Amino acid sequence: MLGIYSPHNVVDWLVPGRNLFLTLHILGIACFFYIVSMRIVPLLRAQRDPRFDRPLERLGRVLKFWLGQWKHPRYRLAGTLHILIFAGFILLAARAFTVLILGVNENFVMPGLSGRIGPIYERLTDYAATVVFLCMVVAVVRRLVFKPARYAVPAKYGKAHTADAIFLLGLIALLMVADSLFSATRFAGHVHNGEIAETLAIYSLPWMLATLVGSTSLAMLWFLNVTAYLVHEVAFYFLLCYRPFGIQFHVETSLFSIYFSKLNRGTIKPVRWDVPDEHLDQVKSFGVKTCEDFTWKHILDFYSCADCGRCADNCPANSVGRPLAPRFLTIKARDWVFQHYPVFGKANNSKPLIGNIYSEDEIWSCTTCGACEEECPLLVEYIDKIVDLRRGMIDDGNVPQSLQKPLKALESRGNPYGKMEKKRGDWAKSPEALKHGTIPVCDGKNQADTLYFVDSITSYDDRMQSIGRATARILSNLGMKFGILGAAEKDSGHEVRRFGEELLFQALRDQNTDAIKASGVQRIVTTDPHAYNALKHDYKDIPPVEHISQLLVREARAGNLHFNSVEQWLEDRSRVYTYHDPCYLGRHNQVYDDPRDVLDSIPGLHRVEMQRSRDRSFCCGGGGLALFYEPKEEQRMGVVRVRMAAEAGANVIVTACPFCMVNIEDAIKVAGLDGKMSVMDLTELVDQHMVRGSSDKAAQKLAEKTQELETVTSGG
Amino acid sequence: MEIMVCARRVPDTSENEIELSAAGNDIERDELVYSVNEADNYAVEEALQIRGRIGGNVTVVTVDNEEGEEILRRQLAMGANQAVLLSDESFEGSDGKGIATILKAFVDKGHYDLILTGVQADDGAAQVGGMLAAMLDYPFASLVNSITVEDGKLKVSREIEGGNREINEIDLPCVLSIQTGINEPRYVGMRGIRQVASVTIPTLGASDLGVSQGSAGKSAAKVKRVDYFVPGLSKCAEILKGSREDNAQKILELVEAKGGLN
Amino acid sequence: MARIFAYILHRGGVTDDSAAELIAAAKAIDPTSSPTAILAGWGPDFDLACNSLTASFNDVWKVANQALAYPNAELVRQALVRILPPESIVLALHDHFGIDLAPGLSIKLSAQFVSDVLAIEGADGSSLKLIRQEFGGQVSAHVMCDISAGAVINIRPGAFKPQPRLVTSGKVIDKSAEVGALTARRRYLETVVAEAGDVDITKHSLLVSIGRGIQEKDNITLAEELAEVLGAAVSCSRPVVDAKWMEKSRQVGSSGKTVKPKVYLACGISGAFQHLAGIKGSPFLIAINKNPKAPIFQVADVGIVDDLLEFLPELTNKAREFRGVAAK
Repeated sequence: MLGIYSPHNVVDWLVPGRNLFLTLHILGIACFFYIVSMRIVPLLRAQRDPRFDRPLERLGRVLKFWLGQWKHPRYRLAGTLHILIFAGFILLAARAFTVLILGVNENFVMPGLSGRIGPIYERLTDYAATVVFLCMVVAVVRRLVFKPARYAVPAKYGKAHTADAIFLLGLIALLMVADSLFSATRFAGHVHNGEIAETLAIYSLPWMLATLVGSTSLAMLWFLNVTAYLVHEVAFYFLLCYRPFGIQFHVETSLFSIYFSKLNRGTIKPVRWDVPDEHLDQVKSFGVKTCEDFTWKHILDFYSCADCGRCADNCPANSVGRPLAPRFLTIKARDWVFQHYPVFGKANNSKPLIGNIYSEDEIWSCTTCGACEEECPLLVEYIDKIVDLRRGMIDDGNVPQSLQKPLKALESRGNPYGKMEKKRGDWAKSPEALKHGTIPVCDGKNQADTLYFVDSITSYDDRMQSIGRATARILSNLGMKFGILGAAEKDSGHEVRRFGEELLFQALRDQNTDAIKASGVQRIVTTDPHAYNALKHDYKDIPPVEHISQLLVREARAGNLHFNSVEQWLEDRSRVYTYHDPCYLGRHNQVYDDPRDVLDSIPGLHRVEMQRSRDRSFCCGGGGLALFYEPKEEQRMGVVRVRMAAEAGANVIVTACPFCMVNIEDAIKVAGLDGKMSVMDLTELVDQHMVRGSSDKAAQKLAEKTQELETVTSGG
Repeated sequence: MEIMVCARRVPDTSENEIELSAAGNDIERDELVYSVNEADNYAVEEALQIRGRIGGNVTVVTVDNEEGEEILRRQLAMGANQAVLLSDESFEGSDGKGIATILKAFVDKGHYDLILTGVQADDGAAQVGGMLAAMLDYPFASLVNSITVEDGKLKVSREIEGGNREINEIDLPCVLSIQTGINEPRYVGMRGIRQVASVTIPTLGASDLGVSQGSAGKSAAKVKRVDYFVPGLSKCAEILKGSREDNAQKILELVEAKGGLN
Repeated sequence: MARIFAYILHRGGVTDDSAAELIAAAKAIDPTSSPTAILAGWGPDFDLACNSLTASFNDVWKVANQALAYPNAELVRQALVRILPPESIVLALHDHFGIDLAPGLSIKLSAQFVSDVLAIEGADGSSLKLIRQEFGGQVSAHVMCDISAGAVINIRPGAFKPQPRLVTSGKVIDKSAEVGALTARRRYLETVVAEAGDVDITKHSLLVSIGRGIQEKDNITLAEELAEVLGAAVSCSRPVVDAKWMEKSRQVGSSGKTVKPKVYLACGISGAFQHLAGIKGSPFLIAINKNPKAPIFQVADVGIVDDLLEFLPELTNKAREFRGVAAK
């Protein structure tokens, strides 16, 4: 039997070291298990989190995100590097295992690799080791020379992680070299003795090392072989035991963090998974105040962070200079857990997180846009943690004054502006709105089968009421029997929940649910993505809900909605439109195409795409209560976004969210682009261009218009 | 330190538009949202912070009918140790002196080192604190915007003109009226309110307090509000009624004409 | 009719302008009255102040006591209680001193107290009819006060049109001995002067003043841009300072700075009296407010009912044209 596994005097080189190697194995494995068990301790002390359901779905995600490295290519170079390294590691697993066992049992052959597959596998892994080694070199050069911005550590978070990164990269490289040298020297040994040995993969690292050492004496080869083996084993076990102390722990935990990742997008975890709403009064403390208040999955997330910085790189709050960077939320928490639950030493009761590792502003700065979660290759969750931390602050009464006022208004008046409840439906009674027919209030007595859930800003804000009116006209035009809840409607509570006032949210939700049920409608449509998300994910037992863009696309496809051409000219330049994806329509609910399809159905509409669009859309600044909070920032998110639109060559931004509208309109003024950039809501655009009248009539009109155009273009 | 805070339930002016009732002699109260007087809320927060620094007990009282319980509960949810409602039919219609008399009767039943009130409430009278102090013969300081406790003595700063602060030393027991902005009151959430929803709030009446007939209430009131009215707009602004552009132009012309530009 | 006293404030040898307002108030109570001025203090400046009042008051009661070198309301109250005859009517100014002094004084005198009075309609026997405001100035109220046992009345600064008097035989009556020694359980230590701040709003002839209507800290740039084009300064009302959006040195009002510009632009300011109290010299007042019922419109010369967040940028643009300044 040929093959490098054939035991011969070459392999006998390891025999004298057998006891040493065995001891190292036992020590290494025991150490590792001990360390891991110490790392599990805080998970056992943490809160419950039911993540054992839907195993097939979870396995699917493991295949996609872990094995398939789905998120990695979002950063091309780093992603490619990682995919190569990951693939290399997976491939090398069997080889590494074999090499380790060889020191104890020189005849060991990995089951399944004894036949012809064996040498093929060996050659493959020769290349794998080479590739991994090269990737290490590239990675080190990236870190030292190119220093990608997202790895930088601002001074307030401590010193740079570069040294640690280089150390780890170096160790892995060393591991590859040791493995390669071991193979190389054994091959060279065979050759020296005139024995048959499988050639190493040409140009691979083992191959190159073999060429290097080929001419030395057997004694030297023996020395190098044993040394390489020892270095390999020590490096392997050192890495194994060192990984749980830092970011490399993700090697072990990533499988679990992805398997146990959150399946239900868009909603927020309950205060306690094991406490139903009715029993919440019995809970002594709401939210996260110390690290044991996190769930075990959250702590696992802290372990799983690979410090890649992609989250912070995409975080809009971070980019405008707010004191929030998701990456450091995780790293600081991880270090805190390590510090309070050390591997060597006594677990000490941890102190509150806010005031020690987190500042209040840091936690209030988040707009819950979800860019971080979208980006993270390890599927680390952030929004639930931020909400839990906010719940803790609310519980302690630690709320910025700027938020106390709207919260109090929500409690007493059902809207954050403090306006009177009875005036909520007044926008629908204005002469403007009435021109196109009354908008009935759905109270179960009339025939409306569709509820237009307006929500607070569209009801009360003078500017946003035009969205309401445009929507009413659209729905009438489509012949729909719709109505609003009027004074019976309360704020959807979407931001109330995400700002941590869970009980107030539940009160609002329950009131709205009762009103919706009493209205007798069969479906709900809304123009507010925050309301959409709330009704879809936070509310239970209500009729199905759609965003207006989804309804419009459906109607357009069914031939019920036709458009006149858009006005081409805007003073002295042509109109160039761009669509801004609202966070709660796009990223959180993955409605990207419907609004675009609506825009594209309007003849003559010239649309460009911003560089950051779809799931990489840049948050406008936040909605709901986020409009009241006064962050410490260097500039406004909206201004950054408006500049992105200008850069894309657009002069009209189309949004599908009233909060995006508020922020962008404001930002246009602040950025000094008044007159050069404008913003419209999708409904306003549709309202302006839709062909009025019955769908037949509309089709006829369209046919006439098309005729006209043809005559013009052919005649000219 | 035993601290007592006098609070009052008032219509929340920031969330309400105050209008005259149809009858014309009172304000329209139907749709009003009530809450604790803003300055009193600051006073309670200050009391809680002092307790946090040097220990003690914070008691919140109000003179009201049973609706006053609402604000007492909120202050309990905020962290006060006790809340007491001073309520009696005979207290209705009291003027400022009457309220102070009732409060004095309560103070006499216990022992308090520090009594706090808000500077003023919805009627803008800013009187109860000073009256109470005089009745008790305690030293008094109004418009307090900072309190420090140093070996049983209090150093308070008062808000005077020009943003300046007058620093005084005051003996205990004393009465202070607290100005808004002295601190950042903590948030009282739904949860806190629910937790105190079923706490019984003791109510003391005229006989419990020893307030004799005729010393408080309508009959004793010597200062009485007769009605509410909105004054005829005799002298009022000339409202410009043009387009926004025209108005802006007009304003600039006026500013120049009146010597605003140099 | 009982004797009417007017407590007069003074500083640096000069009495406050409000003395003439208190005279007007006294006349409103009793047209035939000859109010007596009372001052408390110590030192040559104080003597000067007392003497200067003899031109407008027949009797000037002087309470000179070293303890009163700084006007400590606790001590002043003690002094007044010892010398005021029963059933007197005492008029004071509703300012930080009057708020400190008057309520307690009324109790010690066993008299009534009415605060922050805007107008006095007259006495009907022992019943005095006055006008006050409530709910931040949103409504006014008629109030009746029984003055049979005397009263202490705080007058809103600026509410009464000053009524100067010319008196030929005014004299100073020294009441210091009657007062005797004063002991206080509240002792004045020092005055901490507010920090100067970067901009001195008291020196500007045009002020762009913002109130709660500015809604957010970030919107203040709208006012700053306008101010820059017009060469003005940005000032504000109390809520803006409480929210920590502007420094205290920018606050106009009774607890802030007193300003005397030629033109005052009140943007999103409701018109609460504490703010208006800081505006002296009757400037031309322009008010911009979304709420047509805002009290500011009652005191402004010109008003615009508009959303200031929309109006200010428009005004700034026009201002640039007006001043021939290129837009940024």
